[in-house]
Amino acid sequence: MSQYLRDGVLDLDDFELPSKQRREKGRVIIIECVQEIPCNPCSEICPRNAITIKGDITNIPQVDFEKCNGCGICIANCPGLAIFSVNESLGQEMAEVGIPYEFKPLPETGDSVDLIDRAGQVVGTGTVKRVLQPKSYDRTALIYLMVPRELSLQIRFFRKSLKSGNKKKS
Amino acid sequence: MRITNHPILNFPEDRKRLTFVFNGKKILAFEGDSIASALHAAGYRMLSQSLKLHKPRGFFCAIGKCSSCEMEVDGVPNVKTCLEPVQEGMVVKSQLGWGTFPVRPKKRVYHRVKIPVKQVEVAVVGAGPAGLSAAIEAARHGARALLLDENHRIGGQLIKQTHMFFGSKEHYAKVRGIDIGTKLAEQCRDLAVEIAADCSVIGYFHPHELAAIEANRLLKVQAQKVIIACGASENMLSFEGNDLPGVYGAGGIQTLMNVYGVMPARRILMVGAGNIGVIVSYQLLQAGVDVVAVVEAAPTIGAYQVHASKLVRCGTPILTSHSIKQAYGVESVEGVTIVRLNENWEEIPGSEQELDVDAVCLAVGLNPAAELFFQAGCKMSFIPELGGNVVWHDENMQTSVEGLYVAGDVAGIEEASSAMLEGRLAGLSAVESLKTTTTVIQQQKEQIRQGLHALRTGPFGEKIRIGEKKMREANPA
Ligand SMILES: Cc1cc2nc3c(=O)[nH]c(=O)nc-3n(C[C@H](O)[C@H](O)[C@H](O)COP(=O)(O)OP(=O)(O)OC[C@H]3O[C@@H](n4cnc5c(N)ncnc54)[C@H](O)[C@@H]3O)c2cc1C
Ligand code: SF4
Ligand code: SF4
Ligand code: FES
Repeated sequence: MSQYLRDGVLDLDDFELPSKQRREKGRVIIIECVQEIPCNPCSEICPRNAITIKGDITNIPQVDFEKCNGCGICIANCPGLAIFSVNESLGQEMAEVGIPYEFKPLPETGDSVDLIDRAGQVVGTGTVKRVLQPKSYDRTALIYLMVPRELSLQIRFFRKSLKSGNKKKS
Repeated sequence: MRITNHPILNFPEDRKRLTFVFNGKKILAFEGDSIASALHAAGYRMLSQSLKLHKPRGFFCAIGKCSSCEMEVDGVPNVKTCLEPVQEGMVVKSQLGWGTFPVRPKKRVYHRVKIPVKQVEVAVVGAGPAGLSAAIEAARHGARALLLDENHRIGGQLIKQTHMFFGSKEHYAKVRGIDIGTKLAEQCRDLAVEIAADCSVIGYFHPHELAAIEANRLLKVQAQKVIIACGASENMLSFEGNDLPGVYGAGGIQTLMNVYGVMPARRILMVGAGNIGVIVSYQLLQAGVDVVAVVEAAPTIGAYQVHASKLVRCGTPILTSHSIKQAYGVESVEGVTIVRLNENWEEIPGSEQELDVDAVCLAVGLNPAAELFFQAGCKMSFIPELGGNVVWHDENMQTSVEGLYVAGDVAGIEEASSAMLEGRLAGLSAVESLKTTTTVIQQQKEQIRQGLHALRTGPFGEKIRIGEKKMREANPA
């Protein structure tokens, strides 16, 4: 049985990743939606038709990473908040990660943040690169973070670096 | 405490302020508060005491179903304070015992009261997504429709759903629940559906007469067709201390924070990792509440992976094969004990863990609010896959009583997307038998059936598919 059914934490081999080559070309999305659920807005909203859900609405979305240009529209429009982006074209040190975010207060560009992984653990520090929240995103914000490159596939959440003592997973 | 900075909702500070008196103390409220929400905001969670053992009692369901919030208001006992709006100068008291009525006439006096009667073509009970959709279709095809709901706000469950919904474009996917409710209500108004809010249907009489309470008065509704879409109520869980104030139903919690803008707790334990438990946990985080953990007795998470993942990455762990053993506290919850379960769902001795929380939220399932169908003498069956007692219905959503239709969660616990489709199907079927059928109606019905079928494919639809099959096979005779 997959571990995520026990704790809600996906593993890197539970979903499809864009190749290293593609990630190094520029921003591209990663969809972390692995079950057959009745949902399809991602496939309808992509202006480049990079996401398809074939046949039944419950089928799993498939991404054509070559078609995706990382515009981010699908990230803010996924009701499962399950789409992220990664960009490894920004040098050897740092990478960019895009995250949908529905909390207040919003961070500001330049803020330093604790970087948090899929399991809710703080695994490093980074900075906020951009905060987008146009009206069309309907109150979901899209946050771009700069993270150490080796964490480019791990970071899924962040918190302002002030509060220490994050909750431990037992 | 009030919620001031919310990512999705707006609770303006400049709402009109009201004051009322609670056990001799002055309490500040906002216009639109219920008595119970204002008391919560002011930090009072114990509302009354139980009848025999005088145990503390607080608010649980927030929709008038559980009676644990009853208090004396302006001398009238047993008022459900979760529904009763605050009014300037009200006098509210914790009630001890059964309560007595303020006026006791010496002689019995009977007044002849004329009961108002409303006559309509289609009466719809319940203004959630199912009822609203049913009324819209009925009205769109020329029927005079009346929509009755016991809540003062129209929208059913949708009024508290701040998250974007699943589904496809036709089912308002990626629109937030709150906004779907508003859109459907607008359509009803545009189609001149008569809406009676704050109006509770308490009885069904043959053929198609409803008894309702509106502003403390009886109202009779005579209809040619009736569609009942009154939703579901929440399940309780047995554990020591489950009656303490601070143990809430998931719907009650959502009402407090998303309708009234009140912080329901500081630190909370969620019980149940189905979609509702996980979504409400996330909404609690958005409101600024610390969700310490989600415990789930089953070995696997029932919620969609995307919902579970978005919660867990915020730092709230989901503990499968765990349950709540006890909640403790004097006047309200001060802490809980959780425990690990083995593969036979038995507690593992020594695995107990204490958690410092001031509230517990139960999200352990819903059951269809089927009372009116029982009363109407409809053929019923108990189908666990659909949540409990459900009414038999055919492909047109018609029950075994001719002209009486069902839609939404009361026909089997499912989702708003399917509730809307079932509501439309019931609305169309009702006008069809009231007037005549047209090819347009027939085509629409066929499309809706296909839509329902599509929603129920895949592993998450399996329970519903089994439940529907069982229901169909139960003979309506
Ligand atoms: C936390 C949570 C998250 C959810 N997320 C989703 C989601 O993402 N996608 C999705 O599709 N679904 C979701 N749902 C499910 C969805 O909200 C319900 O399935 C849907 O609201 C059911 O619609 P309904 O019209 O049958 O009932 P309800 O919405 O419950 O409406 C019933 C109405 O009937 C009224 N009523 C009851 N009895 C009477 C009476 N006797 N007289 C008059 N009025 C009465 C009630 O006041 C209520 O307004 C979620 C539910 C919850 C709790
Ligand atoms: S990021 Fe833009 S181009 Fe890429 S899949 Fe999403 S919507 Fe399509
Ligand atoms: S919109 Fe999001 S949740 Fe829905 S199918 Fe696409 S990725 Fe999954
Ligand atoms: S009836 Fe008021 S809280 Fe349940």
